[in-house]
Amino acid sequence: MDRLRSIFEVFSGDTNADRVVPPSGFTSRLTSFTAGAMAFLTVFALALSLATGRLADRWDAELARTSTIRIAAPEGQLAAQSEAVLEVLRTTPGIASARVMSDAEQRKLLEPWFGPDLPLDTLPVPRLIEVLEEGKGPDMAGLKLRLSAEAPGAVLDDHTRWRKPLVDAATRLRLLGLVSIMLIAGSMAAMITLAAQSALAANGQVIGVLRLIGARDVYIARAFVRRFTLRALIGAAIGTALAMIGVAFMPAPAEEGAFLTGLGFVGWHWFLPLIVPVIAAVVAFWATRLAAFRALSRLS
Amino acid sequence: MIELKNAGFNYGGRDILSDMTLRLSPGSFHFLTGPSGSGKTTLLNLCYQALMPTTGMVRIFEQDVRAMTRDDVARVRRRIGVVHQNCQFLDHISVRDNLTLPLAVSGRESEVDQGNVDDLLSWVGLSERGDALPPELSGGERQRAALARAIIMSPDLILADEPTGNVDWEMAQRLIALLVELNRMGKTILIATHDLNLIRNTKSEVSARVLRINNTKLQLAGADL
Ligand SMILES: Nc1ncnc2c1ncn2[C@@H]1O[C@H](COP(=O)(O)OP(=O)(O)OP(=O)(O)O)[C@@H](O)[C@H]1O
Ligand SMILES: [Mg+2]
Repeated sequence: MDRLRSIFEVFSGDTNADRVVPPSGFTSRLTSFTAGAMAFLTVFALALSLATGRLADRWDAELARTSTIRIAAPEGQLAAQSEAVLEVLRTTPGIASARVMSDAEQRKLLEPWFGPDLPLDTLPVPRLIEVLEEGKGPDMAGLKLRLSAEAPGAVLDDHTRWRKPLVDAATRLRLLGLVSIMLIAGSMAAMITLAAQSALAANGQVIGVLRLIGARDVYIARAFVRRFTLRALIGAAIGTALAMIGVAFMPAPAEEGAFLTGLGFVGWHWFLPLIVPVIAAVVAFWATRLAAFRALSRLS
Repeated sequence: MIELKNAGFNYGGRDILSDMTLRLSPGSFHFLTGPSGSGKTTLLNLCYQALMPTTGMVRIFEQDVRAMTRDDVARVRRRIGVVHQNCQFLDHISVRDNLTLPLAVSGRESEVDQGNVDDLLSWVGLSERGDALPPELSGGERQRAALARAIIMSPDLILADEPTGNVDWEMAQRLIALLVELNRMGKTILIATHDLNLIRNTKSEVSARVLRINNTKLQLAGADL
C-alpha cells in the first residue's frame, strides 16, 4: 500500500520537489538521447519480429499445402504417365486437387533462366503437376511408392525438404528479435541507473541539506525519479515516433523480395510501438528509484 | 527532549566523547563550550542523529535513536532547527527559497507566508539579501541565513554550532537576543561556542547552564565563568 502510494507521489502533488535538484542540462540530454535511441531500436526489433512471425506462419501454411510432381519421360510416354499420375492422385486421400501446368505457365517459370523464346515443344522439358493438399495432407511415403509403380518417370517434390529450414529460420529470427527487445530494455535500465547514480553523486550537498531539514527519502528520491522518468518518456516518445515514420515509409509489400518489403506493421500491430515509451518510463522509474534509495540508505 | 545516557563516540577507535550523560529538558537554555577539537560538533551531531553513538544511549523526543527508521529521523529533524558550523544551502535557489525549504519538504508549502519570511530576514539582518543566491553570501551572512532557516519551522529544539563565529560583536548580540527571545517562547536551545564573553553576557539575560567538554567528558561549568 505504502509502495503504491509512493508510486503515485512521483507524479502528483509537490512539483517543487523537482526544483530542489539543480538542472543538469548535459546528463538530461544524454538520458533523453539514450531513451530515444533505445526506443528506435526497439521499434525496429519489434517490426522485424512481427514480420518474420507473419512470414513463418505464411510459409508454413502455404508451403505445407502444395507440392509438385515432375514427370520426365520419353516424348511418347509423357501423356500416358501424366494420366497415370493424375489417376493415382485422384484416389489418394488428403489431396484436394491436382492439375497439369500449361505450357504457358511452365514457360513463365523457366523464362528467368532461359529467356522468353524457349521452344518448349522441341525440348525434353519435364511436365509439372501442381498438387493442392487438404486436411493433414497425403501420406507422402505411400504416395511416392505408388507413383514409382504407376509412373516411373514421376518425382514427387513435397517442399518439406526446403520448407522446414526456412520456417525454422523465421521462427528463430522472431525469437532473436524478442531477445533483442529484452536486451535493449535491460541496457536502458543499466544506462539510466548509471545516469541516476552520477546525478545522485553530483548532488551530495543537495541531499545532505534536504536530509538536515527533515526531508524523507521518498521526497528526495521523487525529485530524481520524476526527472529521469520524464526524460525517458519524452526521449522514447521521440525515438518511437521517428522509428514508426521510418517503418511507415518502407516500400509497399511487393511480390519480389516479399520479406524485405513486408518489414512493417499490419493492422492493430501499429499500436504496439506506442507502448514502447510507456515501458521506457516504467523502466526509468524503477531504475532511478532503486538507485536513489540505495544511494540514500548509505547516507546518514 | 534530548537525553544522553553514558553515550560515547569514537572515530576509528579514538574516543572523542565518552560516558556522556545529559538531559535537555523542554524550555532549557544550554551553552556548550570546550577547546577546539574537543567534540562540541560531534555532541550536537549525536543530538539530531547525524551520528549514531558508538556506546550508550541517546534518546531524541523520547525515541531511542537505535530504534529509529530513516523516516523517523526525518520526522524528528522537522522539530529540530540546526545551524551548522559550516552551513550548506541549495546553491541554485535564492536565500528566500532556501529559508522556506523546510516547510516545502515537510508538505507545509501552503503555510509559506512571504510577510513572515520578510520579518525573519530582517531579524537576521538579511532584508536586502533575500533574492541572492547562497554562494553570493559572506560567511556571516550564511550563518544568519542558516539561523533563519533553522527557526522557520518554529522547532521545539534549536541546535546552533558557533552561530556567531563569523559575525561582529554587535550582530552576535543580536542573534543571541533572537535565540533568547525564542527561549522565552518555550523553545529549547543548545549553543556551542567558545566565545566566553558571549556566554557571560547572555547569562545576565536568561538562566543558562554552561556545559564544557574536557578530555572527552562533559562537565558543568560553574562560577568560573
Ligand atoms: N569524520 C571524522 N573522522 C575522524 N575524526 C573526526 C571526524 N570529524 C571530526 N573528527 C575529530 O573529532 C574531534 C572532535 O571534532 P569536533 O568537530 O566535534 O570538534 P569541535 O569541538 O566542534 O571543534 P571546533 O571548536 O573547532 O569546531 C576532532 O579531533 C576531529 O579531528
Ligand atoms: Mg565544531
